[in-house]
Amino acid sequence: MMHYLDMGGFAAFIWPSYALSVLAITTLTVWVLRADRRAHDMLKRIEQGENRNRQAVSL
Amino acid sequence: MKNDRSRPAPSLANPKRFLEIVHVILPWVGTLAGLLLLGGFYWALFEVPPDYQQGESVRIMFVHVPAAWMSLFVYGLIAVSSFVGLVFAHPLADVAAKTAAPLGAVFTALALVTGSLWGKPMWGAYWVWDARLTSELILLLIYFGYIALWYAIEDPARAGRVAAVFALVGAVDLPIIHFSVNWWHSLHQPASVLRMGAPTMSAAYLWPLGIMALGYTVFFIWLWLLRIRTEVRKRRLRSILLQGSTG
Amino acid sequence: MTALWALVVRDVRLALRAGGGTLLAAAFFATVAALVPLGVGPDLQLLARIAGGVLWVAALLATLLTLDRLFQVDFEDGSLDVLALSPVTLEAICAAKMAAHWLTTGLPLILLAPVLALLFNMNTEAYGVLLLSLGIGTPALTAIGHIGAGITVSLKRGGLILSLLVLPLEVPIIIFGAAAVMNAADGGQTALLLLAAFSLGAVILSPFATAAAVRLNLGS
Repeated sequence: MMHYLDMGGFAAFIWPSYALSVLAITTLTVWVLRADRRAHDMLKRIEQGENRNRQAVSL
Repeated sequence: MKNDRSRPAPSLANPKRFLEIVHVILPWVGTLAGLLLLGGFYWALFEVPPDYQQGESVRIMFVHVPAAWMSLFVYGLIAVSSFVGLVFAHPLADVAAKTAAPLGAVFTALALVTGSLWGKPMWGAYWVWDARLTSELILLLIYFGYIALWYAIEDPARAGRVAAVFALVGAVDLPIIHFSVNWWHSLHQPASVLRMGAPTMSAAYLWPLGIMALGYTVFFIWLWLLRIRTEVRKRRLRSILLQGSTG
Repeated sequence: MTALWALVVRDVRLALRAGGGTLLAAAFFATVAALVPLGVGPDLQLLARIAGGVLWVAALLATLLTLDRLFQVDFEDGSLDVLALSPVTLEAICAAKMAAHWLTTGLPLILLAPVLALLFNMNTEAYGVLLLSLGIGTPALTAIGHIGAGITVSLKRGGLILSLLVLPLEVPIIIFGAAAVMNAADGGQTALLLLAAFSLGAVILSPFATAAAVRLNLGS
């Protein structure tokens, strides 16, 4: 266990490298998923609004 | 093939089909990416034996090389998309190029940081103007310029085409830049300097490296498809709102 | 042919005017070159060593200044649209503009460089190479910068982003150009040849890329 924390003395370089990579991956994932969700929700709302308008007009 | 540049991008007939396909395959792509990345990271951190020369620091290779590979691969995709957009006016080509760029820039930045962290134990300094890292730095600047172009030009259709020209010019210049940086580096460095990333590639290294590279690639494709879908939705949103205001 | 020549003359005249780019570029070149010793100290040996690189960087930066003027005036008053429709192809027009730009920006830099090299106590044998490398390389600076100008022609204050776009693309020029001067003593001929190759390619391809970018900018 200590070996992995120490990484032959290179811990200060290896762990930040991996941490940053994981951070980049998760941040990108969150950012992209959120943006997609937002666009999806907004589109849903607007399209439902349109449908309501059309129904109102046809009445 | 419709080649109208006077009207706004033809709407969603094609992209609708595309969106349907994306919706189906997205979960699979995402799961595959997750598995590859998890497996790759674990393997690289805990299973790979330390290198004869570099010791444990060789592990950084497994996050540096895939990021560097992605930085180039994504730019290649941008160049191809740009070409397709200019020559064939495919409606999704612009979107494909635009959405890929920030992802490529992040990979490039990641490659630079991990490369720098790898360089310190190897050469004693965080930045030694190594040929490959220097080329990556210039690539990052080209990414920045490309993204900035998209922001600077207001009309999305025009922005897409003009950015495509820049992307293609950059694509032609990049091999030359790389060559010139290599040449410059060899001019100023004695040949005996240890080159980065050159442990003898035994199978013990090749396999986890391949898994990581594949994982990064599949992960990118997952993000890319998501971003394209988002962009298509945003454009649909904009066209609805525009119609509503004039309608 | 006379139409192109008239275009070159017109652009040269515009640049040589008081508000034109020539004096600006030359002054900027001199200023940057003068600032570096202020930054690194007056050690003549050090300055002699870095002279080639500094002058090349300064030349590269100075060339950037006058790039957005290439199309700006014509774009704003609509004459660019007219030019695009003329019987002379846009590519030829771009080539003419490139020539005018080099005459009014590149050439003055070449003439000014030896004087500035004096400030740096540069080795005497490097002077010839300095002039030669600038002579070969400044057309490439103009050529690549021209593409950037075409790409950003529709932007109101495109100067900054033009620099961001153009500088990375010009890396080979500065690498080969500066290397030619810095290694003047032990040959540096490879650098000059590589510079010439890049310059030739850039000058030939630039009008096509620039014209394409201008057309796309005017099109929408």
